[in-house]
Amino acid sequence: MNQSQTENRPEETKEALFEYLLRLADDRLILGHRISEWCGHGPILEEDIALTNMSLDYIGQATSLLEYAAEIESKGRTEDDIAFFRDAIDYRCLKITELPRGDFGFTIARQLIFSIYSYLLFNSLKNSEDKTVAGISAKAFKECQYHVRHSRKWTITLGDGTEESHKRIQQAFDELWRYTGELFYMDEVDHQLLADGIAVDVQEIKPEWKQRMSQVLEEANVSMPSDDQYMADGGRNGIHTEHLGYLLAEMQRLPRCYPDATW
Amino acid sequence: MTKKNGQEDTQWPLWEVFTQPKSGKPHEHAGSLHAPDAEMALQNARDVYSRRNEAVNIWVVPSKHITASTPDDMGPFFDPANDKAYRHPQFYNVPRIAKKRS
Repeated sequence: MNQSQTENRPEETKEALFEYLLRLADDRLILGHRISEWCGHGPILEEDIALTNMSLDYIGQATSLLEYAAEIESKGRTEDDIAFFRDAIDYRCLKITELPRGDFGFTIARQLIFSIYSYLLFNSLKNSEDKTVAGISAKAFKECQYHVRHSRKWTITLGDGTEESHKRIQQAFDELWRYTGELFYMDEVDHQLLADGIAVDVQEIKPEWKQRMSQVLEEANVSMPSDDQYMADGGRNGIHTEHLGYLLAEMQRLPRCYPDATW
Repeated sequence: MTKKNGQEDTQWPLWEVFTQPKSGKPHEHAGSLHAPDAEMALQNARDVYSRRNEAVNIWVVPSKHITASTPDDMGPFFDPANDKAYRHPQFYNVPRIAKKRS
C-alpha cells in the first residue's frame, strides 16, 4: 500500500527507518508485556481492565510498527518473526520499559513518565513525511491521550492520598528518575531521518515533557527528583538491564518451542 | 459481597453507568461499577463499558442519587393507567372542519 514511497528511497534512509521503527515498536511491545502482567492481579476489577486495555493498546501499536518494519526490510520476515525470534541484544527498547512491574505506585509512576513522553512524541510524529508512520502515530496519539489522563489522575490520587500511598509513589519516582534521561537519546539514526522529515527531534520535546511532569507532580504533592544524577542508557544499542532476558524468555517461549503452532 | 460478618462495607461508592450508542439516541443503562469519585467513575466506565465500540457518550451517576419505584409500587403506580383510553390522542375524532382549518 505504500510501495512507491518505500521503493524510491535511498538505502541509508531505509536502514535508518527500519532501526527507528524497531526502537518505537520495542518500547511498546516490552512495556505492553510488562503491563499485561497485571492481568488478574489488579487492585480492583476496573483497574485490572484499565491496565490490560492499555497493554493491548501498546501491543497494537507495536504490531503496526513491526509490520511496517518488516515491509521496509523486505527480507520476507513477518512482524511475529521480528518480535519472537530476536534475542535481548537485538532489542532496541528503552531500559525503563523492561523494569519489573513493581507495585501499583511504580506502575503508575512509570506510566506517567512514558505516556507524557509518548503523547508529545506522537503529536509530532503524526506530521511525519512518511505517510505510514504518520498514520500509525495519529492513531497511537489518541490512545496516548487517554493513557496520560489515566496516569495523571492516579498519580494525583496516590500522591495526595494516604501516608502510605504518598510514600510509595514518591519512592517510585525516585527509583525511576535515573531512567528518564534515556527517553531523549538521539544518534545518527534520528539525525538521518530528521533530515528526511520522517523522525522527531526528541530533545525539543524534553522541556515540555519536564513542564507537564512538574505540573502533575506538584498537584500530587510529589517532589520531582533531580536530573543531576546517573542516567541509565544503552537500550537503543542493545545494552539492557538484567530483566529483559527473563521477560523475553516468557514472552517468546511458545513460538520458539512450537514454531508450527497456529492460533 | 457488600458486608462481611456485620463489618462496614469497604467497597468504593457504587455508580450507575449509562451509555449513548449513537449520537441522538437515548442513553441506556449499561451496568454499574465502583469508584472513589466522579472522574475515576467516568474513566472506569470508559474502560469497562466501551471496549467494543458501544458508546459515543457516557453518563455516570452515584447509585444513591437514583430513586426507583419498587415492585410493590407496580400495582398502584401503573395499573390504573391501563383502562383509561381517553388519555390517548387516538381516542378522539377530530371534526373535519377543524382538520381543514389546520
